[in-house]
Amino acid sequence: MSAAPAHGSLYASRRRSEARGRAVAYALLLAGTAVFLIPFAFMLSTSLKDKDQIFSRNIEWIPRRQVVVKVGKSEYPVYRTSGDKPLYLAMLERLPAGKLRLAVLGRERPDTLPYLPAQTQTLSEDSVAPVKTWGARWQNYTEALTPPNFRFLLYLRNTLLITFFALVGQVASCCLVAFGFARLRFPGRNALFIVLLSTMMLPAQVTMVPLFKIFVTLGWYDTFLPLTVPAFFATSGFFVFLLRQYFMSIPLEMDEAARIDGASTAQVFGRVILPQIKPAVATVAIFSFMGHWNDFLGPLIYLGNPDLRTLALGLYAFQGEHSVDVQLLMAAATVVMLPLLALFAAAQRYFIQGVVISGVKG
Amino acid sequence: MSSSPPSAAGRRKWSLSRREAIDGYIFIAPWIIGFLVFTLGPMLFSLYVSLCDWDMLNPPRFVGLDNYRQMFGHDFRFVKSLGVTMKYTAMSLPIGVITSLSIAVLLNQRVKGLTFFRAIFYLPAILPGVAVAMLWKWIFNPDSGIINLILAKFGIHGPQWLTSPEWAIPAFVIMSLWGAGAGMIIYLAGLQSVPTQLYEAAELDGAAAWGKFVNVTLPMISPTIFFNVVMGIIASFQVFVSAFVITGGAGSPAYSTLFYVLYLYQKAFQYFSMGYACAMAWILFLVILALTLVVFGTSKRWVYYEGERARG
Repeated sequence: MSAAPAHGSLYASRRRSEARGRAVAYALLLAGTAVFLIPFAFMLSTSLKDKDQIFSRNIEWIPRRQVVVKVGKSEYPVYRTSGDKPLYLAMLERLPAGKLRLAVLGRERPDTLPYLPAQTQTLSEDSVAPVKTWGARWQNYTEALTPPNFRFLLYLRNTLLITFFALVGQVASCCLVAFGFARLRFPGRNALFIVLLSTMMLPAQVTMVPLFKIFVTLGWYDTFLPLTVPAFFATSGFFVFLLRQYFMSIPLEMDEAARIDGASTAQVFGRVILPQIKPAVATVAIFSFMGHWNDFLGPLIYLGNPDLRTLALGLYAFQGEHSVDVQLLMAAATVVMLPLLALFAAAQRYFIQGVVISGVKG
Repeated sequence: MSSSPPSAAGRRKWSLSRREAIDGYIFIAPWIIGFLVFTLGPMLFSLYVSLCDWDMLNPPRFVGLDNYRQMFGHDFRFVKSLGVTMKYTAMSLPIGVITSLSIAVLLNQRVKGLTFFRAIFYLPAILPGVAVAMLWKWIFNPDSGIINLILAKFGIHGPQWLTSPEWAIPAFVIMSLWGAGAGMIIYLAGLQSVPTQLYEAAELDGAAAWGKFVNVTLPMISPTIFFNVVMGIIASFQVFVSAFVITGGAGSPAYSTLFYVLYLYQKAFQYFSMGYACAMAWILFLVILALTLVVFGTSKRWVYYEGERARG
């Protein structure tokens, strides 16, 4: 019936269906984002709550705090009776059968008092309500991070030391080895590279016990050496593989031109080729950082001395000692996550690149 | 008009390639040493120890295949740990693939804010396992954890999750989905490399969205799915940190979260049965190898490689 060309209407309907598809995609993505963010929100919210509030049976995202009245050096939680003109009371003690013993503060709520009012009442818990106010309890963070709780600065120092040496060793050795495999010809190169690739299949558990025995025999138990020294020997087949892919993408003529100018292999590597794969080196450095920062099994096996704990191991120990202080646990967990969040915000590109290469070229 | 005799040129060339080979060995020397000292040597040692009774204090005592016989014949916890791990793998792998692929497909609809969404979905995958496990242990708290509080809003009385033998593994599966972002990034890269002409051709044939997905997208990214499945099997057989942190190393309740590597760790560092632990590690290696080979073997039937089709 319509005189419009069929092609035009097909095009219009395609545009319409694409727009509809995109709207659905947005809706689903936003829903997914909300679901993925809930754990973070729950962690943050818990880390800022009062101990009383975290075990609430209702969903309470916003931290609320019990209002207290200061009397000299003590603090008492403030309760109120119901009604428009409530009576404020300071809770002195809990009695059996849901009763509370309270001191009468009056119709106005004081923040501090020189002494406790003499008039007390005993009321059932149902007839009064605790007075709450919006407010985050930031002290959870200072409390969690203060020794002897979570010895943040000590653990941070240990983690940084291990991560720094392991990262430097891993990046340097993997670059050297990858360059050798990518740009130098020598007998047995391909066979050796296949051996390297197949080590990626080997679960770490196979060598775990012998390595433990070796390091203990060397007297390296309770030192950082088992966690750093192996990194200097290109033990990550994946990083070598990734860097080799990049090295191979650079034209071989560049090496030859440099050699004609009299450059040695070391100079070709350091001055000519390496500067061109900086993004790949950055990717490897970031993944290496992440691996060592997050490592748990290594420190668990080799570091028995509490003074040598890393952040990850310290967090685990903290959980064992303070399992009921969930607000402190969540504060400590947030702090341990923060450096990675910052790194991710600063270098998202390199993270993505590393994952993509592992998946697509692998 | 060449001034140098051929033999000298040949010699120089020969010495140049010898020089290059020497440089090559020097460059890969760190790996050769590392491979011998930290991989091959320990591997052989581990294979030998797996045939021994060894507590690491006394010398290893050769017992032949006793450790392996013990595992499959007399150790119900070993069988349990294998079962736990397989159950977890069977649940988490398909759900994980579907989740990360779905997010990737949504992100591939030319949406604005791609970087933002991608960051949100990928972020949990890079966080320290200990902190993540602690967080989820709290999330799954039966009384005050957010999951059961939300379920209660819908009138559902949530299960006991990590403290119930039936619900502990599903809880671990849900937790693993929070890390689906890494797979999502790989799928997204795969989706972006599908040529648009294929979609246009499918449209001309009158294919709807679902038809395009089944007939174009899935075959084209099947190699990526294949890679993710293999990596997923390897990863799910090595679950350790989350189970260790959540159960304090116990694999409770009633061994329902006694993941294979957790039991292996217990055998090595709590019972000091080093021979047994090594034997378990070799079985783990064989299982991973076998599953990987199975996936490789069946891949011809469902993985589409463009190059091969063109050759055929």
